[in-house]
Amino acid sequence: MSLRLQARRLACERDDRWLFHDLDLEIRAGEILRVEGPNGSGKTTLLKILAGQPMEHAGEVLWNGTPLRRSRSDFLANLLYLGHAPGVKAALTPLENLAWYQALAGEPGDEASRLGALERIGLAGFEDLPAAQLSAGQQRRVALARLELTPRLLWVLDEPFTAIDRQGVAALEARLEAHAERGGGVLVTTHHELRASSGLRRLTLGEGGGGVER
Amino acid sequence: MSSDEPAGGLSLAWRATLRRDLVLRLRRPGEVLNPLAFFALVITLFPLGLSPSASLLATIAPGLLWVAALLAALLSLDGMFRDDAEDGSLEQLLLSPQPLPALAMAKVAAHWLLTGLPLALMAPLLGVMLSLPAGSYGVLALSLALGSASLSLIGAIGAALTVGVPRGGVLLSLLVLPLYIPVLIFGVGAVQAAAQGDGVAAHLAILGALLAAGLTLAPFAIAAALRIGLNG
Repeated sequence: MSLRLQARRLACERDDRWLFHDLDLEIRAGEILRVEGPNGSGKTTLLKILAGQPMEHAGEVLWNGTPLRRSRSDFLANLLYLGHAPGVKAALTPLENLAWYQALAGEPGDEASRLGALERIGLAGFEDLPAAQLSAGQQRRVALARLELTPRLLWVLDEPFTAIDRQGVAALEARLEAHAERGGGVLVTTHHELRASSGLRRLTLGEGGGGVER
Repeated sequence: MSSDEPAGGLSLAWRATLRRDLVLRLRRPGEVLNPLAFFALVITLFPLGLSPSASLLATIAPGLLWVAALLAALLSLDGMFRDDAEDGSLEQLLLSPQPLPALAMAKVAAHWLLTGLPLALMAPLLGVMLSLPAGSYGVLALSLALGSASLSLIGAIGAALTVGVPRGGVLLSLLVLPLYIPVLIFGVGAVQAAAQGDGVAAHLAILGALLAAGLTLAPFAIAAALRIGLNG
């Protein structure tokens, strides 16, 4: 299974201000691309565009060399996107939340796999509580349990470290590295400094200009 | 890591989305009961405000029942996609490998099962209060069941379009009310015809036709509206 997500001459304007323009980037298997930049520099918008969400923009996104609008179903079947809002229903328990996500991905799944994923993410004992009773960090962990549960090549994660405690951050970082080593790709925005690893690249979005890749 | 979804993927996702929405609504019973309470209150007030005369009430009963049910259904529309948009699960729905029009229909079905259907089942009881002529109770429930499904479908388009608008309730009403009028006319027509002992088949057939048109066209309109509503 190949993984190559490219963006060509991407530009996005908000309120007569360029968030970014002429932005080219590429993610291949084994890479972690960290998008950084000050608040309001367009990180979330860039991630939404790259994840194929409806968002006004110029330029082109290609999945394995084909424009996204033609390869959309194949792209979505390989994508796991975690947005700024965790997408966890407060009235449902973590188990019910995960069951819906599994079904949405087209997998029947089973209770044992969901329990296992919740345990590995550090939520053992909270499986049957409504998510409303969990802390912000625990709710974020429910969303992160999907990384364990649904095998997808490309992870697009918007601020996944928000509200996560120190051990959780280290575990998540290790999980991202392991995913890249297994041949997956990760696109992540965060203000947290990631450990240097072989696959890590950085893209800095700045004031009104294009992105600078380092 | 394969890109091939199991063949049953769509029906699995559809059923899971329907079940999830039903569970979510039932865990907040207030939201399910609100339109029903509104419906009952409005109908209870009319005999008090107008006149308890059975003959007067019976002539206006079909229109009153239908208008009150329509407004009750309208009240419940706003939350259809808004909660999902706020907690991020709507964007996950859009990024599911399953076709969005089909998944949106699961949400509409859940809305109808816990709004339109209860309203239709409750209407005959309120019909008694308005001295609705015997023999038109079945038609009242049937016309409301058919009509409210169309209302849910049309309303979902408006709810999807206004999902990004904070407090878009009034805008939503303005958008969908004109589209509700044909359903209202033929719904009331069916009940009036039944009350007068005329044939109801034509009215019900048109309600059915409106629903069939809604079922085929609305899913795509809802999906397109969601993409517009979430843009930006």
